[in-house]
Amino acid sequence: MAEKPKIAWYWCASCGGCEESLVDLAERLLTLFETVEIVFCPVAMDFKKEDVEKLPDNSIAVTFINGGIRLKEHEEMVKLLRRKSKIVVAYGACSAWGGIPGLANLYTLDEILERKYLEVPTIDNPKEFLPAKKTVVSIPEVNMKFELELTEPLPVLRPLDKVVDVDYYIPGCPPTPDVFWNALQTLLGNNLPPRGAVLGALWKSLCDECPLNETKPEKLLVKEFRRVDRTTPEPNKCLLAQGFICMGPVTRGGCKALCIKSNMPCTGCFGILEGVVDYGGKAISYIGSILDYSPMQEEEIRKAYDKIPDWVGVIYRYTLPASKLRHKVGLEFPKLIKEMVEL
Amino acid sequence: MADFEPKIIVFACNWCTYAAIDLAGTSRLSYPPNVRVIRVMCSGRVDPQFVLEAFADGADGVIVAGCHPPADCHYIEGNYKAYRRFELLKRILESFGIEKERFRLEWISAAEASKWVQVVNEMVSDLRRIGALKPKLEVD
Repeated sequence: MAEKPKIAWYWCASCGGCEESLVDLAERLLTLFETVEIVFCPVAMDFKKEDVEKLPDNSIAVTFINGGIRLKEHEEMVKLLRRKSKIVVAYGACSAWGGIPGLANLYTLDEILERKYLEVPTIDNPKEFLPAKKTVVSIPEVNMKFELELTEPLPVLRPLDKVVDVDYYIPGCPPTPDVFWNALQTLLGNNLPPRGAVLGALWKSLCDECPLNETKPEKLLVKEFRRVDRTTPEPNKCLLAQGFICMGPVTRGGCKALCIKSNMPCTGCFGILEGVVDYGGKAISYIGSILDYSPMQEEEIRKAYDKIPDWVGVIYRYTLPASKLRHKVGLEFPKLIKEMVEL
Repeated sequence: MADFEPKIIVFACNWCTYAAIDLAGTSRLSYPPNVRVIRVMCSGRVDPQFVLEAFADGADGVIVAGCHPPADCHYIEGNYKAYRRFELLKRILESFGIEKERFRLEWISAAEASKWVQVVNEMVSDLRRIGALKPKLEVD
């Protein structure tokens, strides 16, 4: 019997939801384990970096990497995996375009550390310790000293393709089991699509497969924007026509409109369509088109936009580090990270 | 910053602002040479992506200029869409730390050569004051 193709799975700045989508394959997992050999998967299996280093170059058939690149460790690991793999796939929204952790690119690392370790109401940190490159913990009672070395954070989060060459993308937050399964069949088959292709999803926008598309009026115009945390959308009526910001028109389809079927507007996790260079820019374009006021009604337009408190979070929810601007301009390099702290 | 010369990208509507810029030239009005004018058929043709790309590629300022509302637009409501889009884009630019002086949406009719000159003068002096936009970090 021929050797099974080797598969690796790695996570960077992610939540673990992408691994969850692997488990969600359910019975199909059995078929997966029969056809491939998993050589590296820190979330589930005890293989270390050394084990990957020992593999010959280009010996892994496909490596799936989820999460954005936020730490030096991530950068090191993905470069290593790139060397060892024939195909590298950016798996999920974070890896492909930055995702939710990418929204932190609007803040400096110092602001993030202060917020996380000093300001949030749930933190209990009376001595105001911040993480350092090296932490020394002494326990005088037993006369012992322990050292912990942490990897360094990078000033901003980057999508995978800004760090290493990426062959294919699988979209979603997380990718649905069907999308992953379809993509896997393509990857293990003989007909590989051109490099850079998005696997497992549609090339048309979500509206194309949306069951509510038929209820969309001929001319889509709204007088106000509404939020799902304030109003419950009417079922079976195009959410945009009701004033809910649904990212369907600018988002890739392929998820089978799962959120829409649960009466929630699309937030855009299947990401950027072919031919679009900046997801948020395209979203502004369509949002501006559907608001039904003339430039003489400045006040009404201002009020309509004021209804949504965080526009960046709406239009760049999954794609901020892959946008044209990538991060807040003039971000400074971190100053708060010390070489060493003693506890 | 004494030698700083801002680069300004202008998206000018074919029917009004571009004609105004022409008129400024034929009337021999002078204005600073910091502007790079791109003619588009309508301010409604200017995708917010163009503006974001201009900033990302090193523009210090961007002007989108079109016909006066309510009724000057050659395509009836292109400028309506432009206004609503760029009102939203202004909010986004603010979140990205791009000062409001760096982006202007202006209505300049084919007869208003002097308004064109005034807008460019104002913008150049504003940008000289706030300096260059630095959209890139070392890790980019």
